[in-house]
Amino acid sequence: MTGTEATGPQPGGAIPAAAPPAAGNGAAADGDVLVQVHDLVKYFPVRGAGLISRTVGQVQAVDGVSLTLRRGQTLGLVGETGCGKSTLARCIAGLIPVTSGQVIFDGHDITRLSRRAMRPFRREIQMIFQDPYGSLNPRRRVGSIIGDPFAVHNIASGADRKKAVQEMMERVGLNPEHYNRFPAEFSGGQRQRIGLARALALRPKLIIADEPVSALDVSIQAQILNLLADLQHDFGLTYLFIAHDLEVVRHVSNQVTVMYLGRVAEQGPKDPVYDTPRHPYTAALLSAAPAADPDAAAARQRIILTGDVPSPINPPSGCRFHPRCPKTQDLCSQQDPPLETKPGDPPDHKTACHYPVQPHENLTTSNKSSSGGGAA
Amino acid sequence: MSITGLEFQARAAAGPVPTIEGRSQWQLTWRRLRQDKVAVASGIVILVIVALAIAAPLFAKITGHGPTQIFQNTGISADGIPTGPGHTFWLGADEQGRDLFVRILYGARISLFVGVATTAIATIAGVTVGLAAGYFGGWIDALLARVIDAVLAFPYIVLALALAVVIGPSLPMVIGVISFFSWAGISRIVRGQTLSIKEKEYIEAARSIGAGPWRIMTVDILPNLLAPVLVLATLSIPAAIVFEATLSFLGLGVQPPTASWGNILAGAQNYYTVAWWYLVFPAVALFITTLAFNLLGDGIRDAMDPRTERLFGARREQRRLRGLRPLSEADIPALPGKTGA
Repeated sequence: MTGTEATGPQPGGAIPAAAPPAAGNGAAADGDVLVQVHDLVKYFPVRGAGLISRTVGQVQAVDGVSLTLRRGQTLGLVGETGCGKSTLARCIAGLIPVTSGQVIFDGHDITRLSRRAMRPFRREIQMIFQDPYGSLNPRRRVGSIIGDPFAVHNIASGADRKKAVQEMMERVGLNPEHYNRFPAEFSGGQRQRIGLARALALRPKLIIADEPVSALDVSIQAQILNLLADLQHDFGLTYLFIAHDLEVVRHVSNQVTVMYLGRVAEQGPKDPVYDTPRHPYTAALLSAAPAADPDAAAARQRIILTGDVPSPINPPSGCRFHPRCPKTQDLCSQQDPPLETKPGDPPDHKTACHYPVQPHENLTTSNKSSSGGGAA
Repeated sequence: MSITGLEFQARAAAGPVPTIEGRSQWQLTWRRLRQDKVAVASGIVILVIVALAIAAPLFAKITGHGPTQIFQNTGISADGIPTGPGHTFWLGADEQGRDLFVRILYGARISLFVGVATTAIATIAGVTVGLAAGYFGGWIDALLARVIDAVLAFPYIVLALALAVVIGPSLPMVIGVISFFSWAGISRIVRGQTLSIKEKEYIEAARSIGAGPWRIMTVDILPNLLAPVLVLATLSIPAAIVFEATLSFLGLGVQPPTASWGNILAGAQNYYTVAWWYLVFPAVALFITTLAFNLLGDGIRDAMDPRTERLFGARREQRRLRGLRPLSEADIPALPGKTGA
C-alpha cells in the first residue's frame, strides 16, 4: 500500500465538503440509508431459435432481493458464480432494466427512469469492473478515459479537465505524468486504479464494485483494497462490494448478503453472519474457504456440498438450496422459506431457512463426502 | 515504475532522463509499415501514379498533344496504322491518331478519382449502417442486415446496364453504381466488429458514466473500427478502379472521347494485332495501379495486426475479403482476354 500512502497529503479543495463517513453511529435512521432495494426481480427471456423468436423460458437471475445500503458503509455481496450478483449490481446501477421491484437511491425511485432522467443519478452511482483489461478502451489514452465523465457531463474542459484528471490520478496512486499513455502500458493493478479514478472523477456517492480485485494477484489485491478503504474514508463513499472471496468480503464489509440462485440466503452485520451462520449454505461456504492457520484448518470440519448449482431457468421448488442442503426435509421442497430474523439473532440478521443451523451443530455427518461439487 | 532516490541520482548523473512516451497504435503501425519493403514500394508507386495523374496537363503541354486531340498526319500512317512508340508519341498513338501516353495519364485521373470518391462514399455509408446495425441490434439490425444481403446478392452488371439505359452513362452514374455495390461489404464487417466490441466492459463503463448511444458509437466504438476499415478502404480502391474500367470497357461508363482506361482498352480490341502498344500500355497501367493498392492494403493490415500470419493466414483472409467485393484484380487478365472474343 506504499504507493497510495505516499500521496496522502491532499490539496484541501479536492475533498468535497461532504459529511464524514457515517460509520460508527449504527442507528438505522432514515437519513442514513443511501440505497434501498425492494423485492428486485430480473428475469432474462430465453428465446427459441428461428426468425420470429418466441420466449420459451426465463432465466431467473435475480428473484426478489431486498437490500439496504447505509451511507459510508460497505455491503458485501457474496455467492457462487451465476447466483445473480452481477445482474443485481447492474440493475441497481440502472444499466439493465428491471423486471419488477424498486431501487430507491437517496430518496428517489430510480427504477424505471428514462436515460435523460437517469443522467443526474449517473453522477452519483459509479461502477468498478472486474476485468482491468476489458474495462478500459485500448484505443484511448488514460487521460481521456479518466476525463470521460467530465466530457459526458460537460463539467470541466481543457486545462481544468486535465488538472482534475491529474489530481484524480495522483489520488489513486498513479503518476500524473502518465496522462498520455495507453492502457496497454499499465499493469493489472495500475489499470484497476485507472478504473477507480474514472469512477471517482464525478465524486459519486455510491460505488458498485463488481469483483474489483478477483482478477488481480494477492499482493495487488491488498493494495487495491486498502486504497478503496482510504477513498471511502476521504470521500465518504458507500460501497456495494461484490466478491466470491469470503475473506475479502469480511475484510471490507460492514454488512454481508449471501446470495444463492437469485435469492438472498442470509444477510446481516458481518460478524454474526461470519461467526454464527444460520443458513446451511453460508455455513458450507465458510467451511470451504481456506484458512491461513493450518491448525485451525485441520480442526475445522468441511461441509461438502454435492451436485451442481441448479439451472436458474428451472430453479428447484420451495427453498432453492434444498437439493444440495445437508439439512433438507420435506417442508424445504414444498415451501419457500421467508427471509426473517431467527430466534437469538440480532434484529438485522436475517436468514431464509426453515431449519437454521444451530450454534456448534455438525453438518458434516449427514452428507456423503464425495469430492465432487465443493462450494466456492 | 517508481524510481528510488539512488537510481534517480545515477540517471541524472548519466545525463537527462529519457522521457518515456506512450506510443499510439498508429505510431506503432507506421513503424511496422515502414519496415515492410513491399508496402513501401507500393506506396511509392501509388505516389508516382498520383503525381503523373496530377501532372497530366503538363505532359500534354510538353508533348504538344491534348488528350482528345487528333493528329491525322503524324498519328496514323498512310494505310491507317497508328504510329508506334517513339519520340513524338511516347507510348504510341491510337487508331484516330491521339497520343496514348497523354490519354493514359488523363485516364488515370478518372480511375483515381472514381476509386477515391467511391471508396469515400462507400466507407462512410458502410460504417454508418454497420455501426447502427451492430449497436442498436433488434429490428434495426434485422432490417439493415437484410438490406446488406440484398445488395451483396444483386447482379451489379445488370443494374449498371439498366441505369445506363435509363439515365444514360456518365461519370456520376458510374460513381453512384460503384458506391452502391461497395458499401455493403464494408457494412457487414463493421457490423460484426461492432457486435463484438459492444460486449466489452468498457462500453458498459461508458454507459454507467452516462454516455449516450451517439457518444459511445463515435468515441468508444469507432476508434476500434478504424484499423479494419482502413484496410477495407485501401482494398476497395483497386476494386473500384477495376469496376470503373469494366463499365467503361462495356460502354456503360465514361464515354469517349473522354479518356478512361476502360474505354481505351475497348478501343484497342480491334487494333491490337497491328498496334500492340494500344492494348499493352493501358492494361499495364491498370495492372500496376490495382496491384500497388492491393499490396499496400495487405501491408497496412499486417502492420495493424502483427499477429496475422504473413504467408497463409494473410492470404486466406485476403481471399475472404475479396470475395465480398464485386470485382478483384483476378479480373484484370480477363479484360484483355475479352478483346480477343
